[in-house]
Amino acid sequence: MLSKKEKELIIEIWEKLTPVAADIGSDALLRMFASYPGTKTYFSHLDISARSRHLLFHGKKIVQAITEGAKDISQLTVTLAPLQTLHAYQLRIDPTNFKVQLFSHCMLVALACHMGDDFTAVAHAAMDKFLSAFAAVLAEKYR
Amino acid sequence: MVVWTESELSIINSIFSSLDYEDIGPKALCRCLIVYPWTQRYFGGFGNLYNAAAIKSNPNIAAHGIKILHGLDRAVKNMDGIKETYAELSTLHSEKLHVDPDNFTLLGNCLTIEIAAKLGDGFTAETQGTFQKFMAVVVNALGKQYH
Repeated sequence: MLSKKEKELIIEIWEKLTPVAADIGSDALLRMFASYPGTKTYFSHLDISARSRHLLFHGKKIVQAITEGAKDISQLTVTLAPLQTLHAYQLRIDPTNFKVQLFSHCMLVALACHMGDDFTAVAHAAMDKFLSAFAAVLAEKYR
Repeated sequence: MVVWTESELSIINSIFSSLDYEDIGPKALCRCLIVYPWTQRYFGGFGNLYNAAAIKSNPNIAAHGIKILHGLDRAVKNMDGIKETYAELSTLHSEKLHVDPDNFTLLGNCLTIEIAAKLGDGFTAETQGTFQKFMAVVVNALGKQYH
């Protein structure tokens, strides 16, 4: 799946993003809401307008969880256990790859906007693989 | 029929007029072949695709990338008739090239990423939404003649 080099590249990218976690996360969410309006239905109880407190807080939480997961990809199931339960039993966000790929895609776009040419095809490939694995593990407890 | 608002038409035209087709085309296609390596199956006759470096320096791939962007340009110039514009290309991709239409979305994603990397903050959420609507229409039109 992920080579040693790819894992290192992923850790490197997410650690660099830690100071702008809220910006990147909220940007990805905003992009998802604009491109796939159906995803807004899960946030009807929050204010998800651009730069809102809820959006920034939520975006930051997501990026922090992804960064944590990146630190040891082989342990994703352990690291994500509490989030698995949350998403499966409480949030019950439709986990079909389609939906999770929508967010992953928007996260990749947010990274591209932020990193410009540094978001090389090789980095993109590694990140796409990692986010797919992350999404799959997150959906494991649904049934 | 697809309905475009004035704003959406303006956004699409603005994006494409800011692009250098000779630069973005090759980049988008190379990215697709690297990020989704299975797409290389359609490029057997194009020469060395052994690794990322080889793909990026392959002149046949570069030329094809440019061709693709000019193909997209045809849709941009005919926003109210994209389905008709691509009928022939759709038949070509289905009957002659035998390309799985799911791959159109993959290439579309890579083009989105290249444009995002180029425009940075200028590629706002609203702009992305409009661009993705355009790509969805294109992808749908290209898949229309498959049977």
